[in-house]
Amino acid sequence: MVEVDTSVNLSGLHLDNPVIPASGTFGYGNEYKDFYDINILGSFSFKGTTREPRFGNPTPRIAECTEGMINAVGLQNPGIDAVIAEELPRLRTFFHKPVIANISGFSIEEYAYCCERIDKEEQVGIIEVNVSCPNVRHGGMSFGTSPEAAAEVTRAVKAVTTKPVYIKLSPNVTDIVAIARACEEAGADGICLINTLLGMRIDVRRRKPVIANVMGGFSGAAVFPVAVRMVYQVSKACSVPVMGCGGVRSARDVIEMMMAGATAVQVGAENLRNPYASKQIVEALPVEMERLGIERLSDIIGIVG
Amino acid sequence: MYKNDIYEIRSNEPLTATVWRMVLAGDTQWITAPGQFVNIALEGRYLRRPISVCDWDAGTLTLIYKVVGDGTEQMSRMRPGEHLDLLTGLGNGFRTAVDTQRPLLVGGGVGVPPLYNLARQLLAQGRKVTVVLGFNTADEIFYADEFRALGAEVLVATADGSCGTRGFVTDVLTQCRPDYDYFYACGPLPMLRALCEATPVSGQLSFEERMGCGFGGCMGCSCKTKYGNKRICKEGPVLEKEEIIW
Repeated sequence: MVEVDTSVNLSGLHLDNPVIPASGTFGYGNEYKDFYDINILGSFSFKGTTREPRFGNPTPRIAECTEGMINAVGLQNPGIDAVIAEELPRLRTFFHKPVIANISGFSIEEYAYCCERIDKEEQVGIIEVNVSCPNVRHGGMSFGTSPEAAAEVTRAVKAVTTKPVYIKLSPNVTDIVAIARACEEAGADGICLINTLLGMRIDVRRRKPVIANVMGGFSGAAVFPVAVRMVYQVSKACSVPVMGCGGVRSARDVIEMMMAGATAVQVGAENLRNPYASKQIVEALPVEMERLGIERLSDIIGIVG
Repeated sequence: MYKNDIYEIRSNEPLTATVWRMVLAGDTQWITAPGQFVNIALEGRYLRRPISVCDWDAGTLTLIYKVVGDGTEQMSRMRPGEHLDLLTGLGNGFRTAVDTQRPLLVGGGVGVPPLYNLARQLLAQGRKVTVVLGFNTADEIFYADEFRALGAEVLVATADGSCGTRGFVTDVLTQCRPDYDYFYACGPLPMLRALCEATPVSGQLSFEERMGCGFGGCMGCSCKTKYGNKRICKEGPVLEKEEIIW
């Protein structure tokens, strides 16, 4: 077997492989370390973190769909203070690679405040700014659905950190390219996409929405083609790297998303149905590469014209 | 720790019109407490189905489940010899190391199964166990004889009065006045709440919530307690009476 190279370079960060569990599906790493040694991952993106602790939305928060699921968790997290005081020190004991810090907020000031705090954390390799959560009002997605607002968040965050800043975008927009470009022009070091698609299910027996919050974010295998398309569009239009996310469940999906233009690939909902999913994808990557005649994974980034 | 493994179906049979019992063979070493659950992957279904463990031994586990939707309907069609992918050892389960000599176990409908192994363990520890089972009708009753065979005293309530005390499990408490000093309960939310209001003693209650992953990864099943936010799948499904915010 030929020795294949799965490593990628993400804004100066060397990753052993491009596989990154997506924010909101991997907590702060702790739940998964009971299943496997998570150091096998390229990195992971921790749970969307806000200034204040948040309980999130009422339950039920989950609805099953064909080849996917809807969640309306609503940014439940312990708040930036507890993440810095408790989660990151604990993470250091079992994860020895740079982590991606997913930061959410309800105002420009909150984004900037949290990023400034997390900037001082050595283990944070990249800050991923979530302007695309569909499950909270007056925040999250509202910043990611207009080029001006997304650019404003980007500028505010870039002003307070020296770490690479990736803006995580919502697919629930008419022109993803315009928003990605606005972020790039405002100084974003990269773009992450896609967050979940706004969706809804109805319990036809009860004649009520399944989700207490009525609507939620649809993710899972079914959204993969949408994600590939948006990664393709954005990576062609922007010169900064793209982290692809959405419906990835296999090493072959990782390769497909990289061919579309992704430098690294996030795995989301699949972790929830199979807690070993990300590990299995990492392990399958060299086999799949050999099968497809790929020696160096970074060679295929955006290879589809 | 958790175990993800493939289990072989030994038997799968109806106990009532809608409640089925499935016995699976495989590794049970990660099931450490009564009231824990397994999360079952089903062909063609995106999310796993969490089902509480009724009983287990070194090489088999027994699940009792109610057919409530497409997933459980699919389970009911599976035959002995077929295989299922399970995550086991999920949830905290009931604590038996508590100061009780006369525990009362209260189950409502499909909340009854996790109490079975609990009763077995409590009886093995020399406790005097009384079990109160609540169902809608006599047709829906299951496992009353199995609890009796373990050596527990069994009291039944049916909503329509077709067997035992007419009414709810709380009516059994007021009419039969069982002698108990602690309680364990699993069942529908209104039952759990009514029980907590009806009894002066302390106890543990197992809750149900729609789950994404079953192991704490998605925060889909969170609830607020007096001791902070908890995930029903991870810090639950069993909560102490004293910490519950109704």
